[in-house]
Amino acid sequence: MYNERVIKEFSNPQNAGELKDANAVGQVGNASCGDIMKIFMKINSDNVIEDVSFQTFGCAAAIATSSVATSMIKGKTVEEALKITNAQVVEELGGLPAQKIHCSVLAEEAIKAAINDYLVKLGK
Amino acid sequence: MSTNSDFRRVYLDHSATTPVDKRVLNEMLPYFSDKFGNANSIHGFGAEAALAVDTARRKTAELIGAKHTEIYFTSGGTEADNWAIKGAAFAKKSVGKHIITSSIEHPAVIASCKQLEAQGFEVTYLPVNEKGLVSTTELKKALRPDTVLVSVMLANNEVGTVQPVKELCEIAHKAGALFHTDAVQAMGSVPVSVKDLGVDMLTFSAHKFYGPKGVGALYIRGGVKPDKFVVGGHQERTMRGGTTNVPCVVGMAKALELATESLAENAAHIKKLRDYFVSEVEKKIPHVIYNGDREKRLPQNANFSFEFIEGESLLLNLDLCGIACSSGSACSSGSLEPSHVLLAMGLKHETAHGSIRFTFGKDNTKQDADYAVEKLIEIVSKLRAISPLFAEFKEGIINV
Repeated sequence: MYNERVIKEFSNPQNAGELKDANAVGQVGNASCGDIMKIFMKINSDNVIEDVSFQTFGCAAAIATSSVATSMIKGKTVEEALKITNAQVVEELGGLPAQKIHCSVLAEEAIKAAINDYLVKLGK
Repeated sequence: MSTNSDFRRVYLDHSATTPVDKRVLNEMLPYFSDKFGNANSIHGFGAEAALAVDTARRKTAELIGAKHTEIYFTSGGTEADNWAIKGAAFAKKSVGKHIITSSIEHPAVIASCKQLEAQGFEVTYLPVNEKGLVSTTELKKALRPDTVLVSVMLANNEVGTVQPVKELCEIAHKAGALFHTDAVQAMGSVPVSVKDLGVDMLTFSAHKFYGPKGVGALYIRGGVKPDKFVVGGHQERTMRGGTTNVPCVVGMAKALELATESLAENAAHIKKLRDYFVSEVEKKIPHVIYNGDREKRLPQNANFSFEFIEGESLLLNLDLCGIACSSGSACSSGSLEPSHVLLAMGLKHETAHGSIRFTFGKDNTKQDADYAVEKLIEIVSKLRAISPLFAEFKEGIINV
């Protein structure tokens, strides 16, 4: 069902856990649907995402997309991160089963939610 | 996670399917190439096959307390359920168009009922209590003068709850309705006698009791006449068309014979292992819910909800450690639908999403159970460490 890359990211996820000194947090999904993705970011004054992490309640695809999506935006500027699409996350994973594409959408939305949280806090 | 040195392959999914017993396989083998005849041919090759089918039918019938004329071989449990439900409904439609089943049936029964609803039948889905039990009171309330069929499974496939089928059947009969039971999970695990249960129709499938896949049977009590379902042949006394799968019906009869002979011994071994596994999990892993009834339960079944984590990620992590089990949630078309059985039992969606079924078999050992417990502890802890729900729980934001 899943390719090797998905299994690798899922069984050994990157950037997992809470980021204690995060200044931006975004959470999407809900427990009753079986997916919650929460992304933590530490964004510096140059708008660069210095560090990022995630907490995810969900299936293997949800955990794997959290892992690659956070890796893809680490070190990027907020503007660059906002341009990441779910299709790019899927591509990075080498594909996902059709019924799991929504997990990648969740990752894109979680990134946007975290950045929105940052911008709101900045008053922008 | 797991190092190669301690890796084991542990199969704990016997309610999905079982391996074919070697003795069963040996009984089947001659009927593929040597005694390959069509059981409906009138020549010697056919007669040889027909004799094997007749012997298998008589043996199968005797093992469940039926007459050989009451056993109809099918391609498996799903076909038998479809036939029983739709065949009985169509045959009785001039009498009434109301059917009663339970809310925790196998999809083969539920989907058959849904089809009937689309064709103008009315279906009542009986609720279950928090242990997954159907009550006789609920059945009495649901019965109507136009109720023609009641179908309640003998044992549930997900949580293993054994239903009071004998009592339910008596109530249905008093109201003039036929009674069907899906005994797919029960057969080979608990004693099954159609005489004792009193049912009109009963479904079973060989691959759940160490027989081959692709073969099952519908018991139809003499005098009960559901409409034909698969037409186009004179097989099964014209009731079910299609060339008889000779090796498989031979295999099913042998498998049922072996399962019946060693039922007490196997069930005791399996129950002991299952009980040990359950007590270890409950002792060593916090925030675990044991789903189903502790007593009225198939010996092989253990079903847990691990709070704050999702079933598929747990299942796949176990698979990476060599452990095979099954999850209650099936992800489809973008929305995750947790098990209808667990929801009917009143579990919250998020708890139902974290449910996993382990089903033990005769060849499992204590080492298998210990290995599964050890890996479960590691994986549950790993997944909870990255779960936002567990973080909220620890911070006191949500309660369980």
